[in-house]
Amino acid sequence: MAGELVLLDFWPSPFGMRSRIALAEKGIPYEYREEDLRNKSDLLLQMNPVHKKIPVLIHNGKPVCESVIQVQYIDEVWHDKAPLIPSDPYQRAVARFWVDFVDKKIYDLGSKIWKTKGEEQANAKKEFIECLKLLEGELGDKTYFGGESLGYVDVALVPFYTWFYAYEKCGDFSIEAECPKMIAWVKRCMQKESVAKSLPEQEKVYEFVLQLKKLFGIE
Amino acid sequence: MAVLKLFGAWPSPYVFRVIWALKLKGIPYEYIEEDLSNKSPLLLQYNPIHKKVPVLVHDGKPICESTVILRYIDEIWPQNPLLPTDPHERAVALFWIKFADDKSPFISKLYRTDGEEQQVAAKECFEMLEAVEGHALVGGKKFFGGDEINMVDIAFCSVAHWLGVIEGFTGLKIFEPHKFPRLNSWIQNFKSVPVIKDNLPDTDKMSAVLKRRREMLLASKSS
Repeated sequence: MAGELVLLDFWPSPFGMRSRIALAEKGIPYEYREEDLRNKSDLLLQMNPVHKKIPVLIHNGKPVCESVIQVQYIDEVWHDKAPLIPSDPYQRAVARFWVDFVDKKIYDLGSKIWKTKGEEQANAKKEFIECLKLLEGELGDKTYFGGESLGYVDVALVPFYTWFYAYEKCGDFSIEAECPKMIAWVKRCMQKESVAKSLPEQEKVYEFVLQLKKLFGIE
Repeated sequence: MAVLKLFGAWPSPYVFRVIWALKLKGIPYEYIEEDLSNKSPLLLQYNPIHKKVPVLVHDGKPICESTVILRYIDEIWPQNPLLPTDPHERAVALFWIKFADDKSPFISKLYRTDGEEQQVAAKECFEMLEAVEGHALVGGKKFFGGDEINMVDIAFCSVAHWLGVIEGFTGLKIFEPHKFPRLNSWIQNFKSVPVIKDNLPDTDKMSAVLKRRREMLLASKSS
């Protein structure tokens, strides 16, 4: 069941962070390999020929691509510890719906906030906050989206927190002021070792974003 | 008996995905056709976030997003399973379903746009076909699911049926049988499966509806 496990990843990727958290929650040992995205390894290109992207989880030589699929795979194979995906089929469908929502909205809107200016940035900020508020609605009074323990939606969403500081600086706004419940949820997640040790510092991510802006000639 | 309702809008491929899954498993349901220009209060209540079809309502509980619905159906009614049982094979199937989900909107964009935007969509569609031809259908399989269709086959339905119709009235030529022989075989096989064959939207009707939609969209853009 354990076998050889390798995660091809890139430290600021919120998608890679999802798999790191899932593996840490279940206490599964694995080899972390940092990819240089400007010089992708032969292994990465071989294991993900369609997208050539990280993260890639390689289990006994067989690749699993796409972070949400990796989290599901990890949950299935190591099902006896810290289950992430609900056992009830309807709750499972609800969790999948919200993970799909995070995937459709958060990354693209966040990218627009740091990449653009003026009206485009203003619209992205507005829609970003609206999406976070919808997520706050789904969270309700629960400790985590998964209830009393970390679940699928928590794992899918919390990595984007590491980019919030960069979004705030680039967009000149405060996410906590608009969505205090979301930040309170993040803080609860960060108290878990599996989350805290899987996520980089927000300031480091902001420095990385500044480097990207320079590279792409974005002011 | 459990009450199952499906909210749909003809000729959405995402709605047909759900219809085929229900029919393949022999599950009775009530179908409610929505007018997307005048959405019912019930639809808006069941899908407040996206306000889209399909929505499956099972014992009053709504499930939204076609792939989420397909997985729910497969879990509640396990006869004629639509996903592999082996975890790695299932991960590979889910990869291709996600790929189909990410790329299918570009097929719609072919008729919803013109000029540069349409060209970008055409390029994305061509690259999608290349990826599927080169990576998903290797090994001489009859279907993505092997000897029987599964959720991956259903997910690529837009390639099998909608793309050809849209190419027809837009004059675009993206899929050519000689360039995509494996896909070509798969399309013939997929459309021969009885449940699919008996439940495909009529091409002439579809062409007329989508062509009219295109005219309205492009007219409202330039006005």
